[in-house]
Amino acid sequence: MMGPDVVWYLAVAAFLFCTGALGVLIRRSPLIVLLSLEIMLNGANLALITFARYYGRGDGQVFALAVMAIAASEVVVGLGLIVAMARRHLDLDVDELRTLRG
Amino acid sequence: MGNFLVWVVWVVAAFSCLGSGIAVVSFSNPFYSALSLIGNLASLAVLYLLLSAEFVAAAQVLVYAGAVMVMFLFVIAYLGGRADAPWAGGPNWLTLGAVAASAALFVEVIVVIGLKTSGRLAHEASIGSSFGSPAEVARLFLTDHLLAFEITSIVLLVAAVGGVILGSHARVGGTQQ
Repeated sequence: MMGPDVVWYLAVAAFLFCTGALGVLIRRSPLIVLLSLEIMLNGANLALITFARYYGRGDGQVFALAVMAIAASEVVVGLGLIVAMARRHLDLDVDELRTLRG
Repeated sequence: MGNFLVWVVWVVAAFSCLGSGIAVVSFSNPFYSALSLIGNLASLAVLYLLLSAEFVAAAQVLVYAGAVMVMFLFVIAYLGGRADAPWAGGPNWLTLGAVAASAALFVEVIVVIGLKTSGRLAHEASIGSSFGSPAEVARLFLTDHLLAFEITSIVLLVAAVGGVILGSHARVGGTQQ
């Protein structure tokens, strides 16, 4: 393979995953938490596709496409929840939504 | 020469990917965060192309940058981009702890990759010209991974129904808005 080794792609994937995790931990707006979740999913996707290239088999790419479909459905439900929350005039702040915490 | 060009493309794509990822987390306006996520997805598609995953790269641009991000931008425009400054009021302990936790996670992953693979990942398998083509991906989807394909379709259907229910005006208690 021309260009960098598989390890470099894995490092980028790990950094993306950690950036997304940081966003999920520190942001309070549920919209940005969803965006950070997308970054985490994309980091995992990059690792899947890197290993698909490393082993020369297409199964990792198939899984990456399945993850993409799951991410799209997750965004539909998440955005639907956020819009429903905004319609009920709830504060869009994940620190305020603690009713389910018990 | 070709190798050098691939390195240049990789460095540009990887650093714009990392930079836009950090931008998504640190912009206070959700609108700018969503726009940087589009840049992140586009540079990831370039990385997928370098890994000879042509169909996944095209699907990434179509599904994510096309459909998902447009939906995000619509919702942000509908709700109004309320600022949520993550770094406001100086560093507090929760933010510092979260940064330390994700940095520790990153170091852990890098150390595991370095220790467990130590040079063994340098020789990847040789691939044919059909690797990553739509025909190859479709063959795998409809033969080896048929169950995953069908389950994905059910998940998409459930998500669509859930989106309709969450977005409808009728409440379960019978109150109309």
